[in-house]
Amino acid sequence: MMKKELGIFILLVVLCVATATINPRFLSQANLTNMANVIGLFGVFSLGLGLVIITGGIDLSVGSMCALSGIVLSMALTEWKWAWPLAVLAVVLIPMALGWAQGALITRVKMQPFIVTLCGLLLYRGIARFIADDGTKGFGDPSNFATLRAIASGKIFAFHVGDFKFEGLPMPFVALIVIGFILWVVLHRSVYGRYLLAVGRNEEAARFSGINTRLVITAAYVIAGLLTGISGIMIAFYTNSVSPSNHGNFYELYGIAAAVLGGCSLRGGEGSIIGIIIGTALLQVLQNLVNLLGIPSSLNFAVMGAVVLLGVLADQLLRQRARTA
Amino acid sequence: MDPTPLLEMRGISKRFPGVVALDQVSLSVGKGEVLALCGENGAGKSTLMKILGGVYQPDDGDLVVDGNPVRISGVTDSMALGIAFIHQELNVLDNLDIAANIFLGREPLNALKLIDRKKIHADTGPLLKRLGLDIPSTTPLRNLSIAQQQMVEIAKALSLKARVIIMDEPTSSLTLTETARLLEVIAELRTDGVSIIYISHRLGEVSECADRVEVLRDGKNAGGLSRAEISHDAIVAKMVGREIQHVRVPSQANQTPGYLKVRNARSSRFPGHSISFDAARGEILGFAGLVGAGRSEIIKAMVGLDPHGSAEVALGTETLVIRHARDAISHGIFLVPEDRRQEGLVTEMTVRENITLPDLGTYASSGLVSKARETAVATEQIGSLKIKTPGPEALIRNLSGGNQQKVAIGKWLAMNPKVLILDEPTRGIDVGAKAEIYKLMRTLAESGAVILVISSDMEEVLHVSDRIAVMHEGRITGVLDAADCNEQNVMQLAVGRTVSCAKPASLS
Repeated sequence: MMKKELGIFILLVVLCVATATINPRFLSQANLTNMANVIGLFGVFSLGLGLVIITGGIDLSVGSMCALSGIVLSMALTEWKWAWPLAVLAVVLIPMALGWAQGALITRVKMQPFIVTLCGLLLYRGIARFIADDGTKGFGDPSNFATLRAIASGKIFAFHVGDFKFEGLPMPFVALIVIGFILWVVLHRSVYGRYLLAVGRNEEAARFSGINTRLVITAAYVIAGLLTGISGIMIAFYTNSVSPSNHGNFYELYGIAAAVLGGCSLRGGEGSIIGIIIGTALLQVLQNLVNLLGIPSSLNFAVMGAVVLLGVLADQLLRQRARTA
Repeated sequence: MDPTPLLEMRGISKRFPGVVALDQVSLSVGKGEVLALCGENGAGKSTLMKILGGVYQPDDGDLVVDGNPVRISGVTDSMALGIAFIHQELNVLDNLDIAANIFLGREPLNALKLIDRKKIHADTGPLLKRLGLDIPSTTPLRNLSIAQQQMVEIAKALSLKARVIIMDEPTSSLTLTETARLLEVIAELRTDGVSIIYISHRLGEVSECADRVEVLRDGKNAGGLSRAEISHDAIVAKMVGREIQHVRVPSQANQTPGYLKVRNARSSRFPGHSISFDAARGEILGFAGLVGAGRSEIIKAMVGLDPHGSAEVALGTETLVIRHARDAISHGIFLVPEDRRQEGLVTEMTVRENITLPDLGTYASSGLVSKARETAVATEQIGSLKIKTPGPEALIRNLSGGNQQKVAIGKWLAMNPKVLILDEPTRGIDVGAKAEIYKLMRTLAESGAVILVISSDMEEVLHVSDRIAVMHEGRITGVLDAADCNEQNVMQLAVGRTVSCAKPASLS
């Protein structure tokens, strides 16, 4: 697994060096800070999606869940006048409950994850648009909800030495590092993580070994919901306005692409937290590269698609060679 | 009968790594003859038929059709020679209709280069009529019963102008009436000059429909029986045909009879039958029977792995509630399943991870697994079971079958089994590893565990068991004391007959 992460890490470094050589602005503090911020925003939900993919499932509802979280958060704070801890609690619990419902349909009714979460994608988007009356919601004046805003989109560890001024690490990036560390321990060191990998590899053998496979799989969807809720809050404050019809569109695909680049197999049973984080970073560097190198932004998706394809293709070829050798 | 047989196999040998599956086997079928092929599980019937079907190439021997030597190097060759194979698991596409199934892969085209639907339906009609199947050829296969789907396969064989139809256990999922109908069809085909090779464990059907019986045993010809000689006893005698002198080690264990009580065990495979049995601590209870007798299914129902099955299980004085595998495991009842790669082990994980999987909590504190403790237990099992592996970190898929099986057993040994159930524990395992597994089972029994062994290997069942429960079609037809029974007795019960030395199931 280390080898696999190394491959994509090298790709990331090569892309960074190339971009920086062509356009030195890549290394400017503003650009790097901004990139760290978006890597954090996308990384958190990608990790949750990665766990679901390790079970052999998929979660297509992430983007819509993100929109629903953003809408509920902004309306709870500005229109329903809830205290912010209560609003945050709601925005975390709703996606967890939805994740649990999806997991239950998948494990108990034996529906296919693709179908269940595709319906989730449509359903949550529709609900978000309905409760917002299809209107864009926001948080009003930037001075409102200062505490929550600072937690969700502020910066910490700012300092300056002489002429050099460090603006601080964006909170979403810090959140990604903290959550990533916790999930690394969970996946690679805990009983639950071992069960997750075993269920993903061979659900039958796991069941024969007395593992509660339904619970293990459902928990993965619940964790994915939790992480989507958390990143939903951060993304809402990042954009500062939530338009229910396109907020979070395609985010599930970014997550799936990051997980696959990071070594998760859609067949399940395989994946690493570090890999998913590097995968997310790679996708964001690519977007940044499109901007900085003056590539028409209409090609944005095409570049991403091509790189993911090449990355997975190279991995496949290397693996086939390793097998025949 | 014709002097030159339609089809002849002469001196066929086939070796697989580590086993000689067929050793100089010969077989011939005349035109319009129904030849029954009998033999124990693993006698070589399937391998021989797969050679005819072009699935395997023989290492040695000749195939002769109409007196001319032929080579069958693939399924197409076999079809071109007029040989059709109807497998036990039917090969039909249930989303297509009857005609589409019959013409699959050789659809006639019309002027527009589309499938000529008119022609295939027109051609299918008479075939169905000939088999007495009164169903429109536009019926989707999923609307047909298994017996009707089988008739469609036979119709397909006829439309291919098959001269020899091989039927592998054709009646295993048919009702009595359907079986009777199939036997009628076979008789009609014979009158039309079609030859049939009929493989079945059901000796009643064999005596009813066969012109001749050929018996295989341990990959060799064990002799044939002409129409006049065919009888249950004669076939069984040829199937068994050897006197095995076991050096039986009498059990040294202090047996506690009735320690494990299983009542009304019912599997979804045979919902109409329930079975009950007792087993003692220190005892090895064997489950014998032919493939498909329902042994694995009953055991899965007993340990909570059949969601539609049920069983009342008591251990000592305690009545257990078993709804999931984890309930059985928590009471110390462990299963080493038949399919070790799919059910017993996670082959892409390491030896260590597999051994600790069922009891991972023990090796963890506050949810975090201690790799050091896992490695210690894995190393201990590797040592005591003599598992040949580069180390605890080796992937299961890189181990040999015997060593994989030892891991599949070892993962339970670390948890002190009260009841250990082994389903076909030595299938595909070399002789040395077999002996070690037998010894291990005996040691475990002597330490006070109940051991249940399902085995289709007659020699094995007689060798390792203290008592043998023989199953046939979802029921226990009798329980034998291994000390005073022989292979004949077991085989009689396995084909559904009664034997005077057998006892009913639950009295022990």
